[in-house]
Amino acid sequence: MASKPLSARLTRNLNAKIAALPMIITTLVVFLGGTIWSVVYSFTGSKLLPKLKWVGLKQYDRLWSNSRWEISIENLFWYGIFALVLTIAIGFLLAVLLDQKIRFEDTFRTILLYPFALSFIVTGLVWQWLLNPEMGIQHIVRSMGWESFTFDPLYNPDLVLIGLLMAGLWQGTGFVMCIMLAGLRGIDEDIWKAARVDGIPAWKTYLRVVIPMMRPVFITTLVIVAAGIIKLYDLVVAMTSGGPGNASQVPAMYVYDYLFQAQNLGQGLAASTMMLLSVLIVLIPWAYLEFGGKKHA
Amino acid sequence: MLEASKMVDRTVDAMSGPRGKKPKKALSGRNIMIYGILLMVSLYYILPLWVMVMTSLKGMPEIRMGNIFAPPVEITFEPWVKAWSSACTGLNCDGLSRGFWNSVQILIPSVFLSIAIASVNGYALVNWKFKGSELFFTILIFGSFIPYQIMLYPIVIMLRELGLYGKLGGLVLVHSVFGMPILTLLFRNYFTSVPEELFKAARVDGAGFWGIYFRIMLPMSLPIFVVAVILQVTGIWNDFLFGVVFTKPSIYPMTVQLNNIVNSVQGVKEYNVNMAATMLTGLVPLVIYFISGKLFVRGIAAGAVKG
Repeated sequence: MASKPLSARLTRNLNAKIAALPMIITTLVVFLGGTIWSVVYSFTGSKLLPKLKWVGLKQYDRLWSNSRWEISIENLFWYGIFALVLTIAIGFLLAVLLDQKIRFEDTFRTILLYPFALSFIVTGLVWQWLLNPEMGIQHIVRSMGWESFTFDPLYNPDLVLIGLLMAGLWQGTGFVMCIMLAGLRGIDEDIWKAARVDGIPAWKTYLRVVIPMMRPVFITTLVIVAAGIIKLYDLVVAMTSGGPGNASQVPAMYVYDYLFQAQNLGQGLAASTMMLLSVLIVLIPWAYLEFGGKKHA
Repeated sequence: MLEASKMVDRTVDAMSGPRGKKPKKALSGRNIMIYGILLMVSLYYILPLWVMVMTSLKGMPEIRMGNIFAPPVEITFEPWVKAWSSACTGLNCDGLSRGFWNSVQILIPSVFLSIAIASVNGYALVNWKFKGSELFFTILIFGSFIPYQIMLYPIVIMLRELGLYGKLGGLVLVHSVFGMPILTLLFRNYFTSVPEELFKAARVDGAGFWGIYFRIMLPMSLPIFVVAVILQVTGIWNDFLFGVVFTKPSIYPMTVQLNNIVNSVQGVKEYNVNMAATMLTGLVPLVIYFISGKLFVRGIAAGAVKG
């Protein structure tokens, strides 16, 4: 191969290379090129238009001294922790319930999964209506006699994340349940028989045997759900538009506003670079475990 | 990666029900607990859909007085008509129908183009490996985890250079690019399971790259094309971010227009119209979901084993 001239090597398998051209352009130009471009320009003082005027880490200094960004990060952190733990825990529990050889399994699964087909915009608007303090859940409970009942998360800065969480969990747990159910069904029936013969209670078998065996499924789900949470945007736009005040701001919103509304390009790009960094923090250990650890397994 | 395709298939098999016999005793304490919890959880999941439909069928006076969970005393389809044909976004009062047709115009070419690219791509990756093809594929998959936000502005510049910024064509291109990782993975895993002898026999008979694709691979893999269509139709229909960033108000997709209608600060809030509009936007993916059943699950499973 090496002795052949370059042109011959390039034209070998030419059709396949032409067919793969969109992929090559996407990876090199859009994914790699775009990312590198954004990171590079986050070190410039670009305002309305990108200009290569270096300002070092100034954009990052400003970013981290901006209270709106601080709120965004805090929100994402708390929302992320709760959403991650709850979607996975609830998704797993629902999968376990569906895996008990029950009747109407298909019906239950269809019901639990349908919100996942809906967009975050639709999800956010429905829950905005349900949580409407004058006509929604709060109103219903009050009209049933509990006059002092208060539940208006979308109008209360301290509770707004709970409102978002209610909608987010409603939309996303069905997905996790489906993956977990597949994982449960992948476990050898003999393991259950052995556990039963030894007289180990079912909950203990789940805890000590099944969950450790499903480790890869849990890790994959964790990575997918976490990567989705970092991108959290549409749901907040539809439900609260970042309010009340700045109480439900998230990083993706900050990036959008600085890139396309405030015309402060350098600042928006610095914020998006921080988002990339947070994904890498999730992704790199996982990639290391998944691909680096394979040799020992 | 082979394992990934196996897992997809296993997921689908698993969805066809548990193994073993159905239990005989129906009313044990354990069963009551299981069904009780499942029923309660199902209620939580159904409730928003129920409220959405009920609200959209009531008149405003009834909404102000009543209970959002109660069915309408007097059914009216007025809110649906209004949401479709005369709800306002800013000064425009031609309803959600505009957004609907915009979304259709975005959807059809995007679905077609993204699947065409990804299926040929997956086929090349399996049967016509070339130097570096695996590397590109790995970058492609990792790219799907990168937050879109970091690529938004560079893509705006690229589209502007191509003269496609703010146009339907630009959005179609963006959907094709971002659909590529998951779809390529889907097709690649499927084509791996097609027996290699078939491919070799066709080669011996003198068929080339495109001949084998169109005469053998394409006809043999129609189910996976259906899965890809389901995945793309729901994904593209539900998109909001790309619609906002890469198009302009006159060609906004339905989700963006819906959000503008419902969250507009002007005028009196008409909750029934808002819910009818929300329902209209959710209808397309919902119909696809209920018709496709297990194929939808298969699409999800393919998404889950990406990477």
